[in-house]
Amino acid sequence: MKLSASSVTARYPGQSVPALDGVSMEVPSGTLYAVLGPNGSGKSTLMKAVLGTVPLVSGSIAIDGRRLEEWTRKELARKVGAVGQQESVAFPITVRELVAMGRYPHLGPLRPVRTEDRRAIDAALERCDAIRLADREVGTLSGGEFQRVRVARALAQEPRALILDEPTASLDIRHEMEILRLLRRSADEGITVLLITHHLNLAARFADRLLLMSCGQVAAEGSAEEVLVEETLERVYGWPVSVRADPETGTPRVTPKS
Amino acid sequence: MRRGVLLPGALLGLGTVVVAILAVRFGSSPFSNAEFLAVLSGGGSEWDRYVLWELRVPRMLMGILVGGGLALAGAVFQALLRNPLAEPYILGISGGAAAGAVGVLALGLASVTSWLLPAAAFGGALVAIALVFGVASSADRRLDVRVLLLSGVVVGAFFSACIALILALSDAPTMREAILWMMGSLSGASWRTVAIVAAYTLPAALLLLTLARSLNVMAIGEETASYLGTEVEQTKRVAYGVASLIAAAGVAFSGVIGFVGLVVPHTVRLLTGPDHRTLLPLSFIAGAGFLVLADLGARTLLSPTEIPIGVITAFVGVPFFLILLRRSLRG
Repeated sequence: MKLSASSVTARYPGQSVPALDGVSMEVPSGTLYAVLGPNGSGKSTLMKAVLGTVPLVSGSIAIDGRRLEEWTRKELARKVGAVGQQESVAFPITVRELVAMGRYPHLGPLRPVRTEDRRAIDAALERCDAIRLADREVGTLSGGEFQRVRVARALAQEPRALILDEPTASLDIRHEMEILRLLRRSADEGITVLLITHHLNLAARFADRLLLMSCGQVAAEGSAEEVLVEETLERVYGWPVSVRADPETGTPRVTPKS
Repeated sequence: MRRGVLLPGALLGLGTVVVAILAVRFGSSPFSNAEFLAVLSGGGSEWDRYVLWELRVPRMLMGILVGGGLALAGAVFQALLRNPLAEPYILGISGGAAAGAVGVLALGLASVTSWLLPAAAFGGALVAIALVFGVASSADRRLDVRVLLLSGVVVGAFFSACIALILALSDAPTMREAILWMMGSLSGASWRTVAIVAAYTLPAALLLLTLARSLNVMAIGEETASYLGTEVEQTKRVAYGVASLIAAAGVAFSGVIGFVGLVVPHTVRLLTGPDHRTLLPLSFIAGAGFLVLADLGARTLLSPTEIPIGVITAFVGVPFFLILLRRSLRG
């Protein structure tokens, strides 16, 4: 399922500088597409724009070739699973209950949970290595466990596209790699994955294409070799870096100079 | 999704039915069992029939509607505001209603027509709802629940000041009357008032029940809820408006009855979990039974003096809730 943004401009109320300033992006079906950029460069706003939770000043978003305004929230949630940067649970619930919420877009207000829903929930928990957390209360999870459970909830939606905002932010290397491999595998199975991340090296290694943002605009777009260029990165991040091919993977590796 | 909902649900339902029967059986004018059965089957003295059918039954029904409505509205407000301290009155509804009612009492208009007091209380509640809603939805055309909470508390404080001013300028009997009204009572219930409150509460309650799934996802945050297919703005508006109207109708006819809307939803949540599909209906049932029981206590414990029902709901509700809370924390 294709995701595209064309000349999207968005501005938060009371702000003079737009958070997104004429951003265009094409995410082809079944690709793992990484969005990079410094803090405050508009990555999360771009995600919200694609999902229709920030109003646009101008420009348009299309999902699966159809304008975003033509989708209802429920239709969208059946096709696109999303994990935002943060969330907190107001009342104690179990992991299984939280992941089961991924089935909501497939249920009416009164339709009970069926076997196929339970199967989707179990499969999602399994894929995120969270099945043994199923009966734990969400409030007792570590930061990394909570992240995996949230990714599992998005998978339980059985989406055609996944959009994730720093899903590996507080994960240890094993779980970070597992999530990235999971996303890579999902993309190979035809699911479009839009991944917002700060990890330039992992993006270079796992993503098909990269988009580098700076001050609400696109600074560079293309393959890892095209985007991760020393001059571009130094200009965008304001810090000297060196880029070398990683001896292990052959993909570009960015090292900040001291 | 369901951790043993059936048994607690059945017990709550059964308990409420038993309480409702006890509430019409006992009161300050005693029946023998034989008299009670005679009146139920259409016999008995005219006075007994009057006491049962014109006083106790409407009062019991009012208890069910108001208690159920307050508990349901409380559960909805807790989910909507994502705040465990939320209850139906938190957004200034009780303040607005009380200001209207106390104003009518102070002007000596309450005796003019029996409709003026509830109408003024309902009107006051509507003013509060409109004010709070207006402030909270002015930014960006979205309803910000933090602003909702803040403006609700502030509007409530303003009405409290109005009440304090009116009371300070009133004579002692008016003051007593006003304070008693503010503590709440079901004593004004008649078939007509029951019909009005029912016409408000029952459709509104059914509408809120259809929001159960949306409220479940709203409890994990608005952003995530919209990613899971919830029309967040629409849900918030409907939930706030409808739950407020239930609370306003209740407060107009029975004054400010505290603790039901706070303690009952939490108790049900501790018993059967946070799923609003069970929490909302069971809160209604439990709130109904609890308020009818509290009213039975209010009428009979110090008979013929009637204890303010809010005192009973607090005396019974608070220790019960604290015990339950302690038990759940011990795990």
